[in-house]
Amino acid sequence: MLCQECGKRPASLHFSKIVNGDKSEYHLCEACAREKGELIPGTSGGFSIHNLLSGLLNFETVEQGKRAESPENLRCEVCGMTYSQFSKLGRFGCSSCYKYFNDRLDPLFKRVHGSTVHTGKVPVRVGGAIRTKRQIDDLKRRLQDSIDHEEFEAAAQLRDQIRELERQISE
Amino acid sequence: MSAIRFTEQPLSHWMKTTGAESEIVISSRVRIARNLKQHPFPLLATNRHLEEVQDELKEVLDDPRFQVYGEIHPIELSGLDELNKKMLVEKHLISPNLANESRNGAVFISDDESLSIMVNEEDHLRIQCLYPGFQLKEAWEKATAVDDIFEDHVNFAFDDKRGYLTSCPTNVGTGLRASVMMHLPALVLTQQINRILSAVSQIGLTVRGIYGEGSEAMGNLFQISNQITLGQSEAEIIDNLRSVVLQIIGHEKAARERLIQESRLRVTDRVMRSFGILSHAAMIDSKEAAQRLSDVRLGVDLGLIEGLTPQCLNELMVLTQPGFLYNSYDGSVEPGEMDMYRARLIREKLGKV
Repeated sequence: MLCQECGKRPASLHFSKIVNGDKSEYHLCEACAREKGELIPGTSGGFSIHNLLSGLLNFETVEQGKRAESPENLRCEVCGMTYSQFSKLGRFGCSSCYKYFNDRLDPLFKRVHGSTVHTGKVPVRVGGAIRTKRQIDDLKRRLQDSIDHEEFEAAAQLRDQIRELERQISE
Repeated sequence: MSAIRFTEQPLSHWMKTTGAESEIVISSRVRIARNLKQHPFPLLATNRHLEEVQDELKEVLDDPRFQVYGEIHPIELSGLDELNKKMLVEKHLISPNLANESRNGAVFISDDESLSIMVNEEDHLRIQCLYPGFQLKEAWEKATAVDDIFEDHVNFAFDDKRGYLTSCPTNVGTGLRASVMMHLPALVLTQQINRILSAVSQIGLTVRGIYGEGSEAMGNLFQISNQITLGQSEAEIIDNLRSVVLQIIGHEKAARERLIQESRLRVTDRVMRSFGILSHAAMIDSKEAAQRLSDVRLGVDLGLIEGLTPQCLNELMVLTQPGFLYNSYDGSVEPGEMDMYRARLIREKLGKV
């Protein structure tokens, strides 16, 4: 793919930018990216995903700077990483950072993934309750389906299964 | 255990067979990122933490369920010289990041090299499955089965809301990166590629060069992978990528058909010229080599060139990379002589010196 700016050199940077909800795609070579100021300074020409994230996060800080709680005070109490370090590095220090920075993560995840909640695989050992909840949701969908199709015998069975699982959770 | 057995042969065992749609899809890869709950991520972890991570994960290899994957060889990165590291990167068995930046990094590689498990890369654990041709589902099934084994022995960092917690926010949730490497010369020749690639990037997928983030597409090879890891289930991610790849395969096939019907002579000329240059050049740089090899591969696929196998071309793709090239000539290659040795190696392989 050629650079969309000069049309001569091959594009080596591919990214999308979302400004006020409008998404645009960029395919640039390094020289044009530098000229357009799309390279983040201090990265010596390298343009990693972390630089991009850092851009997003710092942008956030400026945008919400008027909030009462200043992000400088946000700190992961387990590994010691501060929110401002995180926003510079674009990477978490440990799994607890997710807990301590939680309030500020939704906008970031929304931008990167378009979503904030995991709906995939759940580990058996640590995810016991959530696995059961997922199972119940699935059974409820099937129950509704059975009722829609007037399959009442199957529906009764599903209802019993749901009750049993709900009982397990409440214990 | 040394890495020599994995760098002796440029072609992994798995590459010697062919997968589905192998004329267009070179390989399918699935990677899952995981972290151990009780240790800081590699970015902040102390060397002692990382050693413990390595030990804990290595112990899991004793689980009898690993036996179905053949012997798994644990290799510590600190025990490898630069050349062997480079060759493992060129074979896609480890990432450049693990080779260059990891502390206490290790990789566990299966006999046939279709499974490679990286330790202390950006995340504590990265399980990678690599298959020839279009076998995304197979690669995912194997990766998730290996994940299950690890999960039985160690506590992964997992959160009800965010899923598997990773060092980088771009991997959180499933930790899954699925990618398919495609050879798309006809879409490039007919100038449809930009339109297709920009459409792809609008639906949560991304296109990169064959050596991952930051590398450019060489020799008409494109790596298409999922960008989103949070909010979609693994099955949705794989299905989404699968269906897009199937559509691109369809477009590439149609473009090839049209090329052969409407410009047979031109295509033949291009393919044969490239074959001629590869068979006779005295010097060739890696970029031209990749482009010419792409032409020749297209010629083989279209039946314009006979007697060459796709495996031979796959092998050349790996062999002409700097590390393997250097190794083929027992280290006698001076920096300025790379292009000469590359041309010589290709001539030899194509049977014309």
